Amino acid sequence: MVSTKELVNIELEVKAIEKGNLACPGCQLNLSFKHALSALKGDAIVVVPACCTSVIQGAGQGYGMHVPIFNTAFASAPPVASGIARKLKRDGKKTTVVVWAGDGGTADIGFGSMSGAAERDENILYVMYDNQGYQNTGNQKSGATPRGAKTSTTPHGKKSRRKDIARMMMAQEVSYVATANASYPQDLFAKIERAATEFAGHFRFIQIYSPCPPGWNIDTKDSVLVGELANNTGYWPLYEAVNGKLEFSRPSRRFNDPAKRKPLADYLKIQGRFRNIDPEIVKQMEEDIEHEWSILRKFM
Amino acid sequence: MLEEGTYFMKGNHVIAEAAIIAGCRFFGAYPITPASPIAERMSYRLFEEGGEFIQMEDEIASMAAIIGASCAGAKSMTATSGPGVSLMLENIGLAYMMEAPVVIVDVMRGGPSTGMPTLTSQGDINQVRWGSHGDYDVIAYCPSTVQECFDLTIKAFNAAEKYRVPVFIMADQILGLMTSNVKVPRLRDIKIVDRETPMDGDDTYQPYDSSTLVPPMAIAGHGHHVLMTGLTHDERGYPATNPEGQEKLMSRLKRKIYENIDDIVELEEFMLEDAELAIVAYGSEARSVREAIKQAREKGLKVGMLRFKTIWPFPERQVNELSRRVKKIMVAEVNLGQLVHPVREYAVCEVVALTHSGGALHPPAEVLRRIEEEMK
Repeated sequence: MVSTKELVNIELEVKAIEKGNLACPGCQLNLSFKHALSALKGDAIVVVPACCTSVIQGAGQGYGMHVPIFNTAFASAPPVASGIARKLKRDGKKTTVVVWAGDGGTADIGFGSMSGAAERDENILYVMYDNQGYQNTGNQKSGATPRGAKTSTTPHGKKSRRKDIARMMMAQEVSYVATANASYPQDLFAKIERAATEFAGHFRFIQIYSPCPPGWNIDTKDSVLVGELANNTGYWPLYEAVNGKLEFSRPSRRFNDPAKRKPLADYLKIQGRFRNIDPEIVKQMEEDIEHEWSILRKFM
Repeated sequence: MLEEGTYFMKGNHVIAEAAIIAGCRFFGAYPITPASPIAERMSYRLFEEGGEFIQMEDEIASMAAIIGASCAGAKSMTATSGPGVSLMLENIGLAYMMEAPVVIVDVMRGGPSTGMPTLTSQGDINQVRWGSHGDYDVIAYCPSTVQECFDLTIKAFNAAEKYRVPVFIMADQILGLMTSNVKVPRLRDIKIVDRETPMDGDDTYQPYDSSTLVPPMAIAGHGHHVLMTGLTHDERGYPATNPEGQEKLMSRLKRKIYENIDDIVELEEFMLEDAELAIVAYGSEARSVREAIKQAREKGLKVGMLRFKTIWPFPERQVNELSRRVKKIMVAEVNLGQLVHPVREYAVCEVVALTHSGGALHPPAEVLRRIEEEMK
């Protein structure tokens, strides 16, 4: 795994994102993008469906990302990327074709087209940055919005569980599936690098937990802390699944033991989206955590 | 429900409230700027009113869900913007063919493609009319003020129920996000139309009875023979995929709109009595045009406006009559020329276009300059 110093040096060299884009203060998607593109050494073609990423580029001070970018319609990124990947194959190019999509574009409107690309095992690295709602359009709920979260279309808190896309991709037997967390950049970096090199030629899926200060109603200074708590409460297990064989990643490994997890309340209390949450829902959310781990353990 | 009174509200929210008053109890939609405030309001208001709100996984599903709810007897609505309408088009054709009454709000934004989500346009005028395949007709209302967001939403539901067709409310970004006064009349003074349903125990009921233009609609699960389909069908709903079956069905579907066109079409004449130049305008753009006409009148220019409160079906007779009274017609719209084409088709005088690429309305000064130029 890269050291923090190496990571910083690589990022300074690659300069995946220039200063002056329109991302909100504390935005973790922006950092994730920087880490991911650094891991790819900038050798990527990025396809972005409608999402936060498509509106933060360039604004104000000009072009902000040093890779070719295609901003597509909502349900279109995986097919557009498929077309690009097939042409690159004909041309004998090794450049990584990345779909960089939000959770709404992945879990909801784009799910069919992503599943199609996975089934065809297209040479695409699909990154779903998960800010758990349609944050760009004003925080409407998405399929990935967790139970309990208030959004502008679930004003009393969402009642149902989130759609677990990473596990659904495992069910589709995608050769490399991983979860990442913007608060753990080295882990994220390593996963992108591994997906791009070791599994090149196949469909790969990485889901990045990406806190959103305005949408989640958290203080901008807390967005890294929220990510850490998501990990330390067991709320967001980090893992890699290679051909269906799962291994928990180092930051999350010890939380396989429920006794070691921090109380979920620590995670909930610093986020406005969970304010005044029904204790019954909190209980269900606690059960959701162990439920998630218990399913994941079966794939170890 | 909103009680009688004057409210200071956003156009989008007014559409949601008017829909509830009109009887809407099912709403399915997908987030899209600038129409999301309708869904956001419906998410808790329908809950309070005993209706169902579903945030769907995309616009295809949204449109399909309101067809389902409508067939089960609920007055249903969805709200979207241009890109969403594009995804709904196949199902809009299905609603037309099944004769499911549904209301679709299109809060127009700059296109094509992602375009300008946060800025205005009137670029969907042709899309809603011609986008689905085959021949079909829709009814499209086009509010120009927040008050009309209320009035025309009620009418949209009434028209959908009365004629069993998909009905559009063509708002735009400016109108949807504009906050203004809106007067809500006494509820008992608001005319509400409900679809005609067959008599209980009527064994002779046929879902597509062709002895009437708009057959009564049985509610799924309440008895009767319910068979709704997107295939060309006969009176019973059975497939009749042959030229005769198609001709019989299509001619009734067309006649139900065109034999009622005078009942559906709504136009406003503004200072047209002695006008030599008539401006055809609709939606937010008409506000700018109205101001320009007032200024032109002060300069002694004989100009007036025919404002379309319904865009579709097209008011063929009225445009033709207008073209015989004036020397010239100018169509002002926030697109590169859409409604100007049918106006040209039915007008006998010269027709010119005042177009705009989108993102803003024509300022009144620009309309006035063009009026002066055309009247030289």
